[in-house]
Amino acid sequence: MKICVLVKEVPDAAVTKRIDPATGRLDRSGEKNLNPYDTHAIEAAMQLKEGGQLQVDEIVAITMGPESAVRALHKAVSLGADRSVHLTDEALAGSDVAATGYALAQTLKRENPDLVLLGQQSDDGECYTIGAVVADHLQAPSLTQVISIEVDGDVLRCERQAEYGYDTVEVELPAVISVGDAINEPRYPSLKAIMGAKKKPLETLSAADAGIDLSRVGAAGSQVECGSFKAPPAKAAGTIIEDEDTNETVEKIVAWLDERKLI
Amino acid sequence: MDFDLPDGHELLRRTVREFAEGEVAPVAEALDREKRFPYEIVRRMGELGWMGIPFPEEVGGAGGDTLAYALAVEELARVDSSVAITMCAHTSLGTQPIYLFGTDEQKAQWLPDLTSGRRLGAFGLTEPEAGSDAGNVRTRARLEDGEWVIDGAKQFITNAGTDISGLVCITARTGEDEISNLIVPNGTPGYEQGEPYRKMGWNASDTRPLTFTGCRVPEANLLGPRGNGFKQFLHILDIGRIGVAAMGVGLAQGALDQALAYAKQRRAFGRPISSFQAIQAKLADMSAEIEAARLLVYKAARLKDAGRPFTLTAAQAKLKTGRLAVRCAEEAVQIHGGYGYIEEYPVCRFYRDAKILTIGEGTDEVQQMVIARALGA
Ligand SMILES: Cc1cc2nc3c(=O)[nH]c(=O)nc-3n(C[C@H](O)[C@H](O)[C@H](O)COP(=O)(O)OP(=O)(O)OC[C@H]3O[C@@H](n4cnc5c(N)ncnc54)[C@H](O)[C@@H]3O)c2cc1C
Repeated sequence: MKICVLVKEVPDAAVTKRIDPATGRLDRSGEKNLNPYDTHAIEAAMQLKEGGQLQVDEIVAITMGPESAVRALHKAVSLGADRSVHLTDEALAGSDVAATGYALAQTLKRENPDLVLLGQQSDDGECYTIGAVVADHLQAPSLTQVISIEVDGDVLRCERQAEYGYDTVEVELPAVISVGDAINEPRYPSLKAIMGAKKKPLETLSAADAGIDLSRVGAAGSQVECGSFKAPPAKAAGTIIEDEDTNETVEKIVAWLDERKLI
Repeated sequence: MDFDLPDGHELLRRTVREFAEGEVAPVAEALDREKRFPYEIVRRMGELGWMGIPFPEEVGGAGGDTLAYALAVEELARVDSSVAITMCAHTSLGTQPIYLFGTDEQKAQWLPDLTSGRRLGAFGLTEPEAGSDAGNVRTRARLEDGEWVIDGAKQFITNAGTDISGLVCITARTGEDEISNLIVPNGTPGYEQGEPYRKMGWNASDTRPLTFTGCRVPEANLLGPRGNGFKQFLHILDIGRIGVAAMGVGLAQGALDQALAYAKQRRAFGRPISSFQAIQAKLADMSAEIEAARLLVYKAARLKDAGRPFTLTAAQAKLKTGRLAVRCAEEAVQIHGGYGYIEEYPVCRFYRDAKILTIGEGTDEVQQMVIARALGA
């Protein structure tokens, strides 16, 4: 069977996020990294392959993104993917979640995988929705926020994080599963794996190659309009009240709230 | 001229950073406090190929280059110097002599265990009366019935006395005016490792005195041609300086990162201390100096990888980075105020760990001699 893992290049977690005042969008310059949640998805694919209960012939990492996103694919193959696919096209820039999901689904159709894995969210956009959008286009069942996958014959028994506790859900393949970071501890790629990553096949696709209808992607093909995003106002310094006499402290807090007409 | 790291190198740098932050940082304080050798970390670094980065795959290495090695050392030292020096001394002092000067048999016997990190290598050059004057070797080895019989002592040797130490390469006088290198495996009768020193820093790294009393090793343990020991160790030290210089950059960067994070969060006079010009000036100076030193280290690594002369650049890098590490650690403590003097904060350890970088693998004064000689002074 074939597993496709969707990955994304995002600003490095160490970089302070800010809104670019010129475009009203997230400033994505600065250091980038593979979305941390996606490393869990790759690890999940590797564990299915190494677990031996499923015959996994191939793990393919797929990304949609600018030229620089190749680095996310390099990392993905150093972590164990056998090859990678890079969907990149000027026409795709500015795609919203629905458009991105459509474009990725078109790319996935060419691969016809038995299982699609992805991180439950990206570190930058944090939409949590790509998995569901992709599944809808592929007409495959979708599970989100999965934190454990067990193979049981032909089905995958998954635990998904619910508001209270876990749901246990069985799903037949093909399916689209987005995973949370509690699912595993991703491995560190060895130096050999890092150096070998460049030798693994990398396929670059344009929107046309992937059979993407250009009217459904890019800024023009997206329903979302970016209005005026602004960084939240800087927090003013708080007031620290030393708790010497609790009654007095309470009075001070009440007075403080009252002054601001909060109670 | 291209200042971007190649993709593979960049990915390695990130990976080592993630490992250092995820696996080393949480235990570094305890390892230091308990003076405990980081066996588990070394084992994992071995699995990742980091105990043999600059050696080809044919001998069990990871097939990387000097730049990759320097990046890994830098990222480890950014978080913990004991772990960094363990990997660094093992690679450039312990394993390198066998890789460069060993016979096919010696390489086949030792390199797979060394490059995989299953065994550690050590380099025994320094003696009580041979430090900067490393040619003043007193340890003697005489050939007797097809064996070298070694008598003498070594001082301050890294990696020789752990449970996984495999061998030490020592310099010994094999004739009146003749120095040669010999491989002495751990466990050889007559070769003893003394108690670890009580050090100022590098507490989780293994440093001991060694004694050799009628210690016998096979004649075939001679490393390279007899009498080449002096030339050989000078070359080993040249290469080693790139690693130690990378440690200096890493430590300095770690000190800056800690200081910046602390300064943004610590408040005084109703403001974060990072908003005071005096603190900003310190951070800015550190950052500019570190970037300059880093380029020097990478240049030395690049020259070596290109097969060009690198002795001068490596000595410049070592001189620059040792002092820089000491200064940045001091500034980082200063920015932390009293908290910097308390062991809960990593900068306290950094301050103690930094000083050796102006002494080990050639003191600053020795680097100045090397540089002045290269300048033709
Ligand atoms: C923690 C630690 C780990 C070490 N690990 C190893 C190891 O693994 N293997 C190994 O072989 N060694 C190791 N060393 C030894 C280290 O390399 C030496 O300590 C160093 O080279 C200095 O030698 P020394 O201590 O004898 O000082 P000395 O040579 O006695 O120097 C004393 C002072 O005199 C100065 N000086 C000496 N000669 C001159 C000159 N001609 N002109 C100007 N100034 C001069 C020096 O710069 C220094 O300031 C280690 C040391 C330490 C502390």
